[in-house]
Amino acid sequence: MSSVNDWAGPNPVKDNRSGLIGKGVDRYEGPLKVTGTAPYAYEVQPPSPPAYGVMVGATVATGRITGVDIAEAEAAPGVLLVWTHRNVPAQPAKGTRKHPRSTAGSKPALESDRVAYFGQPVALVVADTLENATAAARLVRLTYDAASPDVDFAARKAGAGQPPGEEDVEIGNFGEGFAASAVQLDETWTTPIQNHCQMEPCASLAWWEGDRCIAHTSIQMVKPAQHGLAETLGIDRDDVRLMTRYIGGGFGGKGQTYDDLTLAALAARALGRPVKVAFTRQQMMHGTIHRPATVQRVRLGADRDGRLNAFSLMTWTHCHRDGAFTEHASNFARTLYAAPNRLTGHRLVKLDLPGAGPMRAPGEASGTLSLECAMDELAERLGLDPVELRIRNEPPVDPENGRPFSQRQLVRCLKEGAQLFGWDRRLPTPGQVRDGRWLVGYGMAAAIRGNFLLPAKCSFSVDDDGVITVRQGMTDIGTGTYTVLAQIAAETLGVPLGQVRVEIGDSELPPAPGSGGQFGAATAGSAALMAGMNLRKAIAELATGDAESPLHGGDPAKIVFQDGVVGIENRSETLAGLIRRAAPGGLTVEGEIRPASDMREWSQQTYGAHFCEVGVDPVTGEVRVRRMLGVFAAGRIINAKTARSQLTGGMIWGAASALTEGNPVDPRYGSLLGQDLAQYLVPVQADIGEVEAIMLDEVDDKANPMGIKGVGELGNSGSGAAVANAIYNACGVRVREYPITPDKLLAGLIARGL
Amino acid sequence: MKPFTYERAADARAAVKAAAETPGARFIAGGTNLLDLMKLEIEAPQHLIDVSRLPMAAIEAEGEGLRIGAMATNSQVAGHAEVRRRYPVLTQAIVSGASGQLRNRATTGGNLMQRTRCPYFYDASKPCNKREPGAGCAALEGVSRETAILGASHACVAVHPSDMAVALVALDAEVETLTPSGEARRFPLMELHRLPGETPHLETHLIPGELITAVVLPPPPEGGQRYRKARDRASYATAHASIAVAGGKVALGGVAHKPWRAVTAEAALAAGASPDEAMTAELAEAQAIGENAFKLPLTARLGAATIREARGETP
Ligand SMILES: Cc1cc2nc3c(=O)[nH]c(=O)nc-3n(C[C@H](O)[C@H](O)[C@H](O)COP(=O)(O)OP(=O)(O)OC[C@H]3O[C@@H](n4cnc5c(N)ncnc54)[C@H](O)[C@@H]3O)c2cc1C
Ligand code: SF4
Repeated sequence: MSSVNDWAGPNPVKDNRSGLIGKGVDRYEGPLKVTGTAPYAYEVQPPSPPAYGVMVGATVATGRITGVDIAEAEAAPGVLLVWTHRNVPAQPAKGTRKHPRSTAGSKPALESDRVAYFGQPVALVVADTLENATAAARLVRLTYDAASPDVDFAARKAGAGQPPGEEDVEIGNFGEGFAASAVQLDETWTTPIQNHCQMEPCASLAWWEGDRCIAHTSIQMVKPAQHGLAETLGIDRDDVRLMTRYIGGGFGGKGQTYDDLTLAALAARALGRPVKVAFTRQQMMHGTIHRPATVQRVRLGADRDGRLNAFSLMTWTHCHRDGAFTEHASNFARTLYAAPNRLTGHRLVKLDLPGAGPMRAPGEASGTLSLECAMDELAERLGLDPVELRIRNEPPVDPENGRPFSQRQLVRCLKEGAQLFGWDRRLPTPGQVRDGRWLVGYGMAAAIRGNFLLPAKCSFSVDDDGVITVRQGMTDIGTGTYTVLAQIAAETLGVPLGQVRVEIGDSELPPAPGSGGQFGAATAGSAALMAGMNLRKAIAELATGDAESPLHGGDPAKIVFQDGVVGIENRSETLAGLIRRAAPGGLTVEGEIRPASDMREWSQQTYGAHFCEVGVDPVTGEVRVRRMLGVFAAGRIINAKTARSQLTGGMIWGAASALTEGNPVDPRYGSLLGQDLAQYLVPVQADIGEVEAIMLDEVDDKANPMGIKGVGELGNSGSGAAVANAIYNACGVRVREYPITPDKLLAGLIARGL
Repeated sequence: MKPFTYERAADARAAVKAAAETPGARFIAGGTNLLDLMKLEIEAPQHLIDVSRLPMAAIEAEGEGLRIGAMATNSQVAGHAEVRRRYPVLTQAIVSGASGQLRNRATTGGNLMQRTRCPYFYDASKPCNKREPGAGCAALEGVSRETAILGASHACVAVHPSDMAVALVALDAEVETLTPSGEARRFPLMELHRLPGETPHLETHLIPGELITAVVLPPPPEGGQRYRKARDRASYATAHASIAVAGGKVALGGVAHKPWRAVTAEAALAAGASPDEAMTAELAEAQAIGENAFKLPLTARLGAATIREARGETP
């Protein structure tokens, strides 16, 4: 395998001759999405009129289905089939992998009479119209032998164990170090369950062409969806074609498929016609995964000048009874600050709640809500500026494994952010600034999120018109993948943007890992660059080897690609002309990226600093964000506009985590309280004042051939803590139980005599 | 959604006649509340009488006051020049509710008749006396913060979600209706909604099939007006507590099964009590239920601050 040093040489992305790299190019599908003309999976036109499936969710959280009465539903107008566990077609047991290299196992729907969480799909009704299916779904009568759900996280926390295969990480001796520290802080924070609330609920459409299943679904990762569906249907993987062309948000919630896909495919096979199945907004809350709640204990021990001597972040969290997911809220802390004595780890308890799973910046988004507030509290105890406290604890190398940082510009983010924000105007004593009825405060926090590169492939074609087509089994979940792939292709082949087509979201295309963990652009883009380089080489050889080309006999390595023209010095011809003459029908080549063998010799992260100004109404405890600024260092930026959108979107989500987002569990029923977007509060425009994201110049040549890194999750790391710290600065009340809603803040305000 | 039949009423008389004659009939105006509930089958009318196009959207002077047709949309009322000039508390209340899109559809009559946002009312898998009399009340020992502190019963602790109605109650508005037998009635809006008692499924004193045709505002009272609403997010959220002040008149929202006329506070203010004392007196009978304890101090503080603000004092 190659070394990261192989990536250091010049390439078209680095040369950036036409200036497309970094430019704020509009998202190609933007107008389609805002006009409702980008067909999501549910809106794809199938070859013949589809039938409509509606799922029925369990109304108990745990127990067995004892009675099934589907007679009335079956007799309802337009109904084509009604399935429960009693009559659904047989499917291989959960997790079955017939193909040894399948990236996902079987996911049978309506598998048995066991109910394992509230809202679990327990029946399917398919009818000729959505309305008929919806009406008939209410006529499915199920009776349950319900058990009392074990869902009380707070009560069960004491019995939590190590997540399987994990151990606490201790460096030095935390206990001794903490005890010997002149200044100590020991506080506990809690974060609630959060739902993804993507604009587009999960949905699928499937039909069969002979023995082949054609499926459109809303998914972040194509291959596991294709493999999992094939395993579930008990057919060959090549007999599933899975597509996901346009997606209305994923945020980790669409990193896996759900029963909508399985049931659409099964029903389409049974009925011999296309079938659509979608989750309703209400069903999404329980029927798909959520970010689990956490309890986080932070202990910080420092000397009087603010150097950390001991630090610990321990996280308790939960997952589904049958699951294994851990919200790794302590992990990021291993890299953030220097301290000789360190202890981090996780405890997991299994509950009868719906599945816990990844959500945008899994780990960091939760964990920064504690540690970055703890740092604020420590700074106050030390009488130090919170920015300065962080700078004093800046590690020269990764503090846990001693690896050098590939790039670490955290201090620069902190300093430039402080300056741009006007941090020097902050008064360290809380409750000093008033603006009308509002108490105003400033807060800040650091941001960190890992950077990753995964193996991926891509193909590039050029046709007789000189049009470049990029093909990749990648996804665009609203992040801008289509657009950045086009930019990379246009820059690599020297053609205008309008001369590039991008085809993604199809299992027939060269595989890429998809969107998640903010590895998407780096991974897919690097494979695209590789494929583009291979196409350049093929074109160069074609031209120099073609007797009719003005470039004939030239050195292929010297060819310049620009403005749709290939040339060497003063000899040139158009790309289209060359292809039409010398390779009619066009050329297609593949390329791939693999992580370099020595990539892990560097500690690789993205960094940032958040600054925030909030207003707190001391009468009501209402909080409004007035201003947010994030300064980020995340490698080379390919598209200033899409990157900025990702960062500001993450920042806003962080503010939501601080202020409104959280879904309470009703322990009596094992269900979540908020079941729609009127009850589960994501921020609205009026909640968020000015938001700005600044990206520092950076090239990380250890990251990938383009020197880029991820930005999709970084903004969500730390921004909530900046809001919480600003609340404290505004009014002097610390609430360590998120979200910081008026009910919680009010008690503190009253206690302070406000 | 259950299948239903639909008709567009030709005029108000035809509407009430159809309502009287068709079992399971309901009026539909903007549909912003009724349709949501129908989709969840919390409401399942067999027949819809569309009243949204009835010529009852005028906002016009009536004596020294103002008559607002029941079909005037929330946006039209909030934006009306006379309302903004003479009844600013009404504009403030309306624009603090829902969202711009919803207010463009929502009507004056529909807003008054909208149903509670109690989360357990919306989840058909939970017991709810309002949905199914006698089933029990999941909210009573539930985890919702949005429950009543005034006038609640063991049968129901839900709150009425309207902001507009709170301002109308403070303004001493009257409702005009047409009964199923075709008679016109007019009575104080304060008497429109009921407390839950043992029958939380009965929410107003309208006769089934009675149509609201207008809301009539008397001339505004002497003194300042102000509406304030406390909530988790800045828009598109119902109130933890709200208050409308119009001169010496005070009404509270988000705290009871109906817009709550704060008569005790009004009397205290008239007798020279301070705003804080008046609110304390009003809330003397208030009771916390589970998660909603914060509403007591919140209502007291917000109430006093808003009364001061309406008087032009520092809140
Ligand atoms: C997400 C969301 C948030 C909201 N937030 C708020 C908020 O913060 N504050 C707030 O005040 N409101 C809020 N609303 C509610 C909104 O104000 C109401 O939905 C709206 O006012 C209802 O008016 P409508 O004309 O659409 O009524 P419809 O939905 O048409 O009807 C509602 C009810 O009134 C009856 N009805 C309608 N017209 C008449 C009439 N003339 N006579 C007798 N009965 C009639 C109908 O039969 C039905 O039962 C919110 C709504 C939503 C969906
Ligand atoms: S409070 Fe009222 S609306 Fe809510 S569950 Fe109880 S009875 Fe139903």
